[in-house]
Amino acid sequence: MDTNGAVVSARDVHKSFGPLKVLDGIDFEVQRGEVMVIIGRSGSGKSTALRCLDRFETIDEGEIIVCGHHVSDPNIDLRALRQDVGIVFQSYNLFPHLTVEENIILAPCSVKRASKTAAKEQAKRVLAQVGLEEKLHYYPEQLSGGQQQRAAIARSLAMQPKVMLFDEVTSALDPELTGEVLKVIEALAADGMTMVMVTHEMGFAKGIADQVLFMHRGKVHESGPATILTSPTTPELAQFVGKEL
Amino acid sequence: MNLILDFPAILERWPLFLDGAWLTLQLALIATLLGGVIGVVGAMGRRSSNAVLSRICTIYVEGIRNTPLLVQIFLVYFGLASLGLKFSAFTVAAAALTINVGAYTTEIIRAGFDAVPRGQIEAAEGLALSRAQIYWNVILWPGIEKVYPALTSQFVLLMLASSVTSQISAEELTAVANYVQSDTYRAFETYILVAIVYVILSLIMRAGFWALGLVIFPRRRRLGTPL
Repeated sequence: MDTNGAVVSARDVHKSFGPLKVLDGIDFEVQRGEVMVIIGRSGSGKSTALRCLDRFETIDEGEIIVCGHHVSDPNIDLRALRQDVGIVFQSYNLFPHLTVEENIILAPCSVKRASKTAAKEQAKRVLAQVGLEEKLHYYPEQLSGGQQQRAAIARSLAMQPKVMLFDEVTSALDPELTGEVLKVIEALAADGMTMVMVTHEMGFAKGIADQVLFMHRGKVHESGPATILTSPTTPELAQFVGKEL
Repeated sequence: MNLILDFPAILERWPLFLDGAWLTLQLALIATLLGGVIGVVGAMGRRSSNAVLSRICTIYVEGIRNTPLLVQIFLVYFGLASLGLKFSAFTVAAAALTINVGAYTTEIIRAGFDAVPRGQIEAAEGLALSRAQIYWNVILWPGIEKVYPALTSQFVLLMLASSVTSQISAEELTAVANYVQSDTYRAFETYILVAIVYVILSLIMRAGFWALGLVIFPRRRRLGTPL
């Protein structure tokens, strides 16, 4: 399947929860090193669209290809897909009974069969990347929300994903903690990480997005470069970003 | 009111009581270990998407939880006998107690597994962990940690309930008491002594579970948070 070198491509994706149509024919492509930001109101289908990329939701129709994996194929090797895709959630989901280091080395050791020594070395590197090197032996409950989220990002990075998905990763944080998490994501973008993120941080989206997808009632209502946030063409996006047309 | 307690008459038989207490502790340990394993497997079975497996586990749990322990002991005892199988009273007692406590621990551990948030499992899936790896790392230990106090109470209860196996003449503590009191005619003193020994056994078990908890839940140990 030709995907024009896109790391992520979605074509005519449909998805319903019972009678509710959540995704009504979605198309997009994300090139290597690109940052795509999905915005929209609650219930517009943006989180569902993101979760479909890692097959946390299955789609009814259409085709999704991520890093060469045919995500919509029922016979997909899920674990191979998820080794290439990192996902970070709103609620961090660090494993509470493990230290930060143990959280980070778990997947490399058990999935990639890395040696403990190598995995621990790498844990230090990814923690340095998110500015948490001194929290190696802390338990999640000893960290602030922002620190937990950064540790969760580090845990994903340790699997050396080719693309990172961020599902409203700052929505549970106050503005100050949000800032420290967004800084980490900015640094990742600067390093050339391919990313798809759902966020409500419009200012951040403007600064980081190569591509913005505005979702409305299960459709991509408007899309384009980050400039559509400052000069929207549809009344719905204009209203969403609080601008007069 | 003319109460005369004569303890020396029964205390001089202390080796009997010691043997009985040791046997009670052995019964409790065997049933705790095997019942714990059954509990983990049973909880996984009840949560399984395989409807037949899940149903079998449910029938086991409900069957045990809704019948008296003494009846279960007789069922094992006479059931094995009618199949022509001969086992010692101790083996039968251990088997019946294991079957009994296995059902209760299945239910307790299932509650623990169910209490692991969905997001934890999604995070593990997102990291490409296999189902077995997720069960072991993300569900089993945190799940058991959540219900550890209930679980240990159940095991202590089991040790106390093992007194019922005196009915099939397992030589545990209560059976020893029955024998001593019929030999000395000092029933009240005998059972006072036995009650005290049961309290000591309970305390020993609780201390053991507390220590075990520190070993298997390192976070509790390092953060000093009580279980």
